[in-house]
Amino acid sequence: MSVAPAEVDLPRSADNPVSDKPWVTIVWNDPVNLMTYVTYVFQHVFGYPKKKATKLMLDVHHKGKAVVAAGAREAMEHNVEILHGYGLWATVQHDN
Amino acid sequence: MEPFRPTRGGGVRAALAPAEASLLRSLVGQVITLIAPDGPPQRQLDDLLDWDAPADQPETPDDPVLARLLPDGYRDDPTASQEFRRYTESGLRSAKHQAAQEMLDTLPETGGKFQLTHEQGHAWLKALNDIRLALGVRLGVTEEFEEQWGQLPADDPQWAAYEVYAWLGAVQESLVQALA
Repeated sequence: MSVAPAEVDLPRSADNPVSDKPWVTIVWNDPVNLMTYVTYVFQHVFGYPKKKATKLMLDVHHKGKAVVAAGAREAMEHNVEILHGYGLWATVQHDN
Repeated sequence: MEPFRPTRGGGVRAALAPAEASLLRSLVGQVITLIAPDGPPQRQLDDLLDWDAPADQPETPDDPVLARLLPDGYRDDPTASQEFRRYTESGLRSAKHQAAQEMLDTLPETGGKFQLTHEQGHAWLKALNDIRLALGVRLGVTEEFEEQWGQLPADDPQWAAYEVYAWLGAVQESLVQALA
């Protein structure tokens, strides 16, 4: 069983070329987690500036999910483990 | 309750009524019981204690609350999910247990004013979130929580739980703002 690739905006900054990073960390929308809390977690875990963290939080809220990081599989699994520690609903996915 | 406010040293302060302290103590205690490494089901405990056991792989918990607190790592790959769980679930349970225990240890016994360091506040944030997740799953809350609550008759046995859930959201919100 498989699902379609996430139709979300990948982080495409110059220092973060997505094409070289075939695994992604996805955060799914959840009715419990507070919007401010999710933004706080993105800032704290990934070191994202507030603006970027807020945009990702809004993507999760409005689109149902967002790719919050891309990279090696082990790194994405590590992200997901940390995000589960915060109670966010996160999964690893191959970005194909 | 007096909501959380930042302190000069980077920590937070708040005040709880005795009944509020008692409620939080009870709720965080329930989370501790729920996610304790020696909690149910027993088979998972055996897996955790004996790393070399060729035993069954830990599976997604049947209890929807536990399944939400300890979610799958992959959405569309049961094998990868199981493998992920095998290597992370024990640590995740411990981390959640630790945050909840820290909250319990720093909760003022009979309420009143109290202060937390930034790190303690951070642990409270995680523990409060786990309490809200557990309660939210039990109540089946959706994004339309306010409407769900509003449609409940005042004598519904779940009414009080909805009120607690809403209050916990306000407590957590003030804590996020105070820590940010």
